[in-house]
Amino acid sequence: MTTTGQPDGTHVGTRADEGAEHLDPISATDYYSDRDEFADSVDGGAVFNAGGGDWDQIAKDVATLGAERIVVNMGPQHPSTHGVLRLILELDGETVREARAGIGFLHTGIEKNMEYRTWVQGTTFCTRMDYLTPIFNEAAYCLAVEKLLGITDQIPQRASDIRVLMMELNRVGSHLICLATGGMELGATTIMTVGFRERERILRFFEAVSGLRMNHAYVRPGGVAQDVLPEHLDLLESELPALRRGVTELERLILENPIYKGRTVDVGHLSLTACMALGVTGPILRSTGLPHDLRKAEPYCGYETYEFDVITRRDMDAYSRTVIRMEEIWQSLRIAEQAIERLRASQGEPVMVADRKIAWPAQLSVGADGQGNSLDHIREIMGESMESLIHHFKLVTEGFRVPPGQVYVPIESPKGELGVHLVSDGGTRPYRAHFRDPSFHNLQAASALAEGGLVADVIVAVASIDPVMGGVDR
Amino acid sequence: MTSTGPETPDKTPPSQTTTRDAEHQPARTEEQVVDTTTAQAGDAVRPSTPGEPVVVARRQGMFGGTLGTDTSGYGGLDVPVLLPGGAERPYGSYFDEVVDALQAAAPEAFESGVEQVVVDRGELTLVVRREHLRALLQVLRDDARLRFELGLGVSGVHWPEQTGAELHAVYHFASITHGMRRVRFDVSCPEDDPRVPTIVDIYPANDWHERETFDMFGIVFEGHRGLTRILMPDDWAGHPQRKDYPLGGVPVEYHGATIPAPDQRRSYK
Repeated sequence: MTTTGQPDGTHVGTRADEGAEHLDPISATDYYSDRDEFADSVDGGAVFNAGGGDWDQIAKDVATLGAERIVVNMGPQHPSTHGVLRLILELDGETVREARAGIGFLHTGIEKNMEYRTWVQGTTFCTRMDYLTPIFNEAAYCLAVEKLLGITDQIPQRASDIRVLMMELNRVGSHLICLATGGMELGATTIMTVGFRERERILRFFEAVSGLRMNHAYVRPGGVAQDVLPEHLDLLESELPALRRGVTELERLILENPIYKGRTVDVGHLSLTACMALGVTGPILRSTGLPHDLRKAEPYCGYETYEFDVITRRDMDAYSRTVIRMEEIWQSLRIAEQAIERLRASQGEPVMVADRKIAWPAQLSVGADGQGNSLDHIREIMGESMESLIHHFKLVTEGFRVPPGQVYVPIESPKGELGVHLVSDGGTRPYRAHFRDPSFHNLQAASALAEGGLVADVIVAVASIDPVMGGVDR
Repeated sequence: MTSTGPETPDKTPPSQTTTRDAEHQPARTEEQVVDTTTAQAGDAVRPSTPGEPVVVARRQGMFGGTLGTDTSGYGGLDVPVLLPGGAERPYGSYFDEVVDALQAAAPEAFESGVEQVVVDRGELTLVVRREHLRALLQVLRDDARLRFELGLGVSGVHWPEQTGAELHAVYHFASITHGMRRVRFDVSCPEDDPRVPTIVDIYPANDWHERETFDMFGIVFEGHRGLTRILMPDDWAGHPQRKDYPLGGVPVEYHGATIPAPDQRRSYK
């Protein structure tokens, strides 16, 4: 905690290691031998340590110092389960005067790493960015690679339908987590357990199809890694009624809950003008009444052939964003049903592009010892065809080449516009991959949402952005 | 390499502009053919004729490092990396309309600022001089015919071999008003003078994006109110996503064999 005041950095109280139990405003000289340097760093203010302290005592000492504005460091950590975020709040009493977000704690250099792997390996990296929307990261990346290759039109219909199904279920999962953790941040743990419980049903389906619950690397340039089999669809359809009941339960728990409404209605206000200025997309933009959804505005993967509505509200607050997410879950399930129907009809059609110089040579399948390359394929390359083996080896180790150029491919992720800026130099690896992650972009609005409100509302406002730091920091 | 058949009597290393093997490539239908050396059309939107492609780098050899470890037989290969060049009118789609409106709204800045209009893979790119970037973007946002209200951020691209324009700042904009039109601005600056004017006052949402691009590429966005590192620690040295910045990593030992770090491994280029 830092206050302004104490410009001379005088010692107030004693330091904890010298025996004081309560607080200890530590003077400049304790931290910095050079006092000028200190003056630069915190404007000559005194630093209060709250360790092992008594808050009454701290408040009294602050009052003694006459410091009205307090800078509070929320995090790095606090806003639960979104990842490591640091909020620096300048408070006047309980009112937030200034809010800044400090990010970068989860930076993993994914974009740089992708430059050292083949185009196909890129999916394995980018799926880990926003870990709640892995399918979206993969799909956006693969659509960009396909656009660079110029094979967008050759992607089999079935592959696109599978992508749509996976994306929409992933959207349900992401929204459930957003609602669940949003509830938990308010102290409503039942919302949290119900949300996570229902998401589990979707993860079960993902695991059956791709072998993994998260970070699937399932969508590949040219198609998908493995076909969705009838038994997978059976599993999904057996889970869907329970999922619907669960979502209804969540609706009953949240939407007319007086405490929830008390915490979220008229909190985190962001008008359409502000959204436009800040380039905010996703549920926050739709909570201002603008029906902007890239699935309708710029359809990809055949979204124009699906029936669904774009949900909007006009209240511009955290509650309307909750309602939008809730309604979008129903719309996603509506799309998922249509996709299931199509996948039942197109069973057996290819799920990977026909061009053998791009298509991953093997499909995965489940064997006696778990999931791996399909046994038919192993038999072919190891026992029957030397050329197949060479082909497999070349494509897996060397990869395919992508013509030079740059593309930008946007898709509607649960959080807003997820854009991929991909540059190729004609080689077997991405020359540059940049992800315009909606969490990163929208988190800039945290200041606008929080300033002027109360400290407690900061959490609600940030939760209504639904930032996931894995995507923010990449 | 060693097996020289009768049809390859010439031992000089191949120096050619395309790596396509016309004779031995697998049979493909016309629309499946992907030329991997030069840029080519993607979507249906490609009516305009591309101009002279731009050489941004050269690729030498096929495999491994530069110390004669290329065992592919293509060690002497020297291919230019060609990005699509300026397009001729008509550009097709809504691109003509956007370019015309931009020209009409800011004639002077357009005249001296827009170096190239590139239409590639159904996307419109304006290659713009940095001095005129702000004047063009101001009308791009404000003019009713353009109205690109969404600034979708900036990302950097480093082409170390493109002398005088090593660092590129690439901006994307979208217009909801005109039914999701998109345009890309490509601004370059030399490595020894890495300055590009900020556009945060025009598109406030570019704040963090500019900080990220500064952090990762060292492009200084002049006029930005708080251009500090955003993802890397404040005291970090260097700009990690530049091409001359190593990826890092440690060699991995497994069953007695050592596998080098990812950026040290031999690989295809």
